[in-house]
Amino acid sequence: MRRSGYSRRAQYSVFTGYVVAAIGALIGAVLLGLSLWRPASFNGVRGAAQDVVLPAGEAGAEVRDTGTNIFETISAYYRAGSRNAELRREVDLARVRLAEATAIEQENIRLKGLLDLRESDVEPVTTARLVGSTGTSTRRFAYLAAGRDKNVVPGMPVRSPRGVLGRVVEAGNNISRVLLLTDSESVLPVRRATDEVVAFAEGRGDGTLRIRLINLGINPLKVGDVFVTSGAGGLYQPNTAVAVATEITPDGANARVIADPAGTNFVSVLPIWEPEILERQRLPIEEQLGE
Amino acid sequence: MIARINPRSRRDRYGSRINRDHSQLLANFVPWASIIIASVIPIFPLVSGIPIWPPLGFLLFLAWQFVRPGLLPVWAGFPLGLWDDLFSGQPFGSAILMWSLSIIALEYIEARFPWRGFLQDWMTAILVTGLYLALTALLSGGSLGYERVLLVGPQFLLSILIFPVVGRLVAILDRLRLLRIRVIG
Repeated sequence: MRRSGYSRRAQYSVFTGYVVAAIGALIGAVLLGLSLWRPASFNGVRGAAQDVVLPAGEAGAEVRDTGTNIFETISAYYRAGSRNAELRREVDLARVRLAEATAIEQENIRLKGLLDLRESDVEPVTTARLVGSTGTSTRRFAYLAAGRDKNVVPGMPVRSPRGVLGRVVEAGNNISRVLLLTDSESVLPVRRATDEVVAFAEGRGDGTLRIRLINLGINPLKVGDVFVTSGAGGLYQPNTAVAVATEITPDGANARVIADPAGTNFVSVLPIWEPEILERQRLPIEEQLGE
Repeated sequence: MIARINPRSRRDRYGSRINRDHSQLLANFVPWASIIIASVIPIFPLVSGIPIWPPLGFLLFLAWQFVRPGLLPVWAGFPLGLWDDLFSGQPFGSAILMWSLSIIALEYIEARFPWRGFLQDWMTAILVTGLYLALTALLSGGSLGYERVLLVGPQFLLSILIFPVVGRLVAILDRLRLLRIRVIG
């Protein structure tokens, strides 16, 4: 410790400073232990603070938005000629595909009629901007500019036009915190888009997902396989795009998220898909079976 | 008439010395305010899938201690860390603990090696930031695993490179802090 001179008073005040600092560190350790044990302990305080400070980020989100638009505009001029030829070829192809799609759609209507299924489009709870994300922490949370004022409650899935982004873990008054799919605590039941191969998509914290197959055996996955939500667990609406496999591992694959939060502007918050299932999971096992 | 030889002879880098003094409020307010703002900044610029931003609040917190040792009281880690915890996404209490420990460590280094150059300060900052990033990654409440520590690699490199810039910024803020704007007499 630094000697502050011969003054007793100065020495004592330096000493008190150290004692207070040590007590502070101790309180920090206790709080850390508490919030590792019960992660939701301090959500109230945090939500209140975020409500006050983060709305400033809306302006930032708008700037970010125009920023990408400027670059896109410039690059569009830059490659106009080759783009034109490319687009013409694509349009030809797309016409063919469109015709095919109409055929499939008609067939679908016929089959659905047979099965007596009805298309249920989910009405989003609200649409809002992503204000920002925890840029420094290895935990991946994003902040959404809508909270309890727009009827957002924890658990609701968040999606962009491309696919699932994550789910709300904490809702403040006008800001809510979203657990992104890439966070290491996020687990999402998925299936391969083409068949019924089911798996869990776990975040790895580095911007990619790990697909873990539920039925182990010969790994049927291939690079480029698309995964969609399976709807198991009752939280996410089924058949929403999640990830594309990029690398095959012994027990599944590593995959890239389709809805990259960096490229998203407006996202929609959806209601929980099947709240009854979630309710039932909270009951003890005897009651679940007793129904 | 006798012309004044040097028109700036009655000024120092903080402004006129005649009739002006440092503002008590500004001198105490600027360091805290700058750290508080820097803690929130990394949220806004990018919604990214990986942690890429250097912990700006923490870097400013270190830089203030290098530029003006003893300006922040030893207990400053508690309130400033508490603020950082509200926004960082880490489990609550992590920054309170880390910031308190690092300010105590830096006080010790300051007492042990009072005469340091920029290079030593930079090395200290690299060491402290590295430990800070690794420990916060381990204590982030996610599933434990050593590969998580590797995730902070890019962030750590950026922090190393940005630290001299942060130091400059703090030096500029320090000049702002000591501006002679209070009128006396």
